[in-house]
Amino acid sequence: MSSILAAKGLKAFYGQIEALHGVDFEVEEGGVTALLGANGAGKTTTLRAISAMIRREGELEFRGRRLTARAPEDVARLGVAHVPDGRGTFTDLTVEENLRLGAYVRRDQRAVKTDFQRIFGYFPRLAERIHQQAGTLSGGEQQMLAISRALLLKPSLLLLDEPSFGLAPLVVAEIFRILRAINENEGVSILIVEQNANLALDLATRAYLLETGVIVVGGAASEIRADDAVRRAYLGY
Amino acid sequence: MPVRLAPIHIAWALALLFAISAPFWMSGYHLYQFSQVLIYAIALLGLNLLTGYNGQLSLGHGAFFAIGGYGAAILIVKFGLPFWVAIPIASAVCFVAGFLFGFPALRFGGLYLALATFALAVAAPQLLAFKGFDFLTGGSQGLQVPKPGTLFGLPMTTDQSVFWLCLAAAVALFLVAGNLVRGRFGRALIAIRDHPIAAETMGVNAALYKTICFGVSALYAGVAGGLDAVAVGFVSPDSFGLALSLAFLVGIVIGGLASIGGVLFGALFIEFVPNYADQLTVYFGENAKALPGAVYGLLMILMMAAAPMGISGLLRSLARASGFRT
Amino acid sequence: MVELLHQLASGLALGGVYAVTALALVMIFQATQLVNFAQGEMAMFSTYIAWYLMQNGWDYWQAFAATVAFSFVGGVVIERIVVRPFAHAPVLASVIVFIGLSFIFNALAGFFFGYSVQSFDTPFDGRPWFGNRFMSAHESGSVVVSLIVLALVFAFFRFTPLGLAMRAAAQNPASARLVGVRVGWMLALGWGLAAAIGAIAGMMAAPIVYLDPNMMGGILLYAFAGAVLGGIDNPWGAVFGGFTVGVAENLLGAYVVGDEVKLSVALVIIVGVLVVRPSGLFGRRIVARV
Repeated sequence: MSSILAAKGLKAFYGQIEALHGVDFEVEEGGVTALLGANGAGKTTTLRAISAMIRREGELEFRGRRLTARAPEDVARLGVAHVPDGRGTFTDLTVEENLRLGAYVRRDQRAVKTDFQRIFGYFPRLAERIHQQAGTLSGGEQQMLAISRALLLKPSLLLLDEPSFGLAPLVVAEIFRILRAINENEGVSILIVEQNANLALDLATRAYLLETGVIVVGGAASEIRADDAVRRAYLGY
Repeated sequence: MPVRLAPIHIAWALALLFAISAPFWMSGYHLYQFSQVLIYAIALLGLNLLTGYNGQLSLGHGAFFAIGGYGAAILIVKFGLPFWVAIPIASAVCFVAGFLFGFPALRFGGLYLALATFALAVAAPQLLAFKGFDFLTGGSQGLQVPKPGTLFGLPMTTDQSVFWLCLAAAVALFLVAGNLVRGRFGRALIAIRDHPIAAETMGVNAALYKTICFGVSALYAGVAGGLDAVAVGFVSPDSFGLALSLAFLVGIVIGGLASIGGVLFGALFIEFVPNYADQLTVYFGENAKALPGAVYGLLMILMMAAAPMGISGLLRSLARASGFRT
Repeated sequence: MVELLHQLASGLALGGVYAVTALALVMIFQATQLVNFAQGEMAMFSTYIAWYLMQNGWDYWQAFAATVAFSFVGGVVIERIVVRPFAHAPVLASVIVFIGLSFIFNALAGFFFGYSVQSFDTPFDGRPWFGNRFMSAHESGSVVVSLIVLALVFAFFRFTPLGLAMRAAAQNPASARLVGVRVGWMLALGWGLAAAIGAIAGMMAAPIVYLDPNMMGGILLYAFAGAVLGGIDNPWGAVFGGFTVGVAENLLGAYVVGDEVKLSVALVIIVGVLVVRPSGLFGRRIVARV
């Protein structure tokens, strides 16, 4: 397995408080890697550390090169798209403006146009609401918008923070179906953080389990799924 | 029982000794200047209570200073009241004015208070010069105020009596402020400043405290204004413009926000720095009278960057670093 | 009747100045939640630069362009060097820094250019436009310039990618970073833009109120009143507020309170809005999330 992102001894800090205590993990290139754990385990913290949103120490390698970028905007410009927890939608702007912002750093206007069309193929509802103010969309639609915005960056790595949060099961199922399609068709590697372990393990090829800032289990998703002991001890089912 | 003397007590004692002795050896003019220092210190104390301890920015305390000054002047000149009646009445009016003004302005956050007080400061000179109020205020000419000759019939010059008056008022008001700040009122103010929502949920009626605090700070400015009217001997609209309100702000920033002693440094600064800066005109020509403004501005920015707690904060850090208990 | 229309029209001229200044204030407020108290003095200093250039033989529009460019750069520099270090400090610290800036600009203007009142040329010399009886040539020209500036700013924010990025950076800096927007530079650009349009406002005002280091104090106050009236977080509300305040000031000054106490009109407006409808005519209702 080749990894698009590799972390070694990654620590992350909120001010003086160390929230991630030196974790090692790899995100499979072209695959879906899941980061699981309970509330407060440090999953969101990990994504924030990758995106340089908080202070971090340790080694991060992205596409074979050390990730030294210090600011989130620089990480984004390297091709890492981050869909944060809470979606991070620009609620006062329209759907179209949100999407255009996703493509802000890109120069190839024609490719952006075709990408728009492809996005609407995955999420036709967004095309319907293109001029609507983003804050008035439903939770599911805002999640679709957030994912679309991230895809318009044309990222090689997509970071997803709890895409299922606060959404009805049917909507979640639809979104995860589309995520699988995106992963297969676009060749985008995905690192997904989820509390809903079942959903995530369904989608993922690799998985890690976080508990209070430390990785306790890591390996192929199918193995972790099959391991009863792990499931009962850490995943609660 | 031995009494623990902190350096701060010694500092206060020395300052008081200096002040009490001053009329006996200082020249009349210098005494007058130090009276001004005391007057500014009282006004700064009021503003610091509001801005330093309660976190509310007022850009208009010059206006309350003006109300105190004009109020006292009108009561003395037009109604024949003695200064020791006129000044308290004028100050009470300031408290009410401050309370009423604060009531709407405080409800919606510091920004609106800043804008409203800014408006007050800019509009004040025009209002004071308004011809319609001429019969009271003397219009753009202002009013001449007779200075107190002596106090209690004791032999002394006018400069000395003015100084004693200011000193007595300052000592009293400083003691009151100190008590307020150390007691329940002060704790409530600080709680409101730092954690307004938490304070509310603990039963502190933030709006009421903030409005009272505004009233008290206006009262202090009013006392200072009244004393100033008597010390200087006249009031006129031009002395009470935006520059005065901003000078007060400069004073508390330099002296140190939320510091009682710091206002003395601030007052010394705003009284003497413009004087020294004036002397620069000798070297740099007429336009050099602009330079105090540039010095003020630069110092304010540098202070916020390097010493946000002002001179008193610096001294406190120094004392702590040297091992003294603060 | 003619007199009334004349007062209305010249109220619009100064109203345009207030509207542009109010827009600059709201732009910075939306991006940083701070009111730039130095806005007036910066505009005044820029106007002096234009005056100085014209004194040295520059043609009006050359001086105008150079001043706008200089002010833009100056705004960017000020944001990066003076304002940025206090981005995480308490609000009071930033306000004090702004007041310090205004002291410095005022002093520099006095030092370099003197305190005597100067007259300032207007490019709109000569006879009133279309032979009308209500507005002088300068007043007409000033209104047109203000409207052009407002239209350009509107178009910039609405239709350009950079404008969109700036809006995004102001509304949600964290998300803006995640799409690659350099939020820090967006703030600097915002300041540059505010300084540039402030300079234009100053140059439109100077022929009317005459040039001296204290010319912008009253104008800034009216701009505040306009912004508060329209809603401090709504740019177009602020513009509407600015024009309204300009007209109100003129009418009330001419017919009700007299010219000498016109400034108290601004005071009454600000306090009045606070009492009756604090979010202003078009602003969002202020709700504090507990």
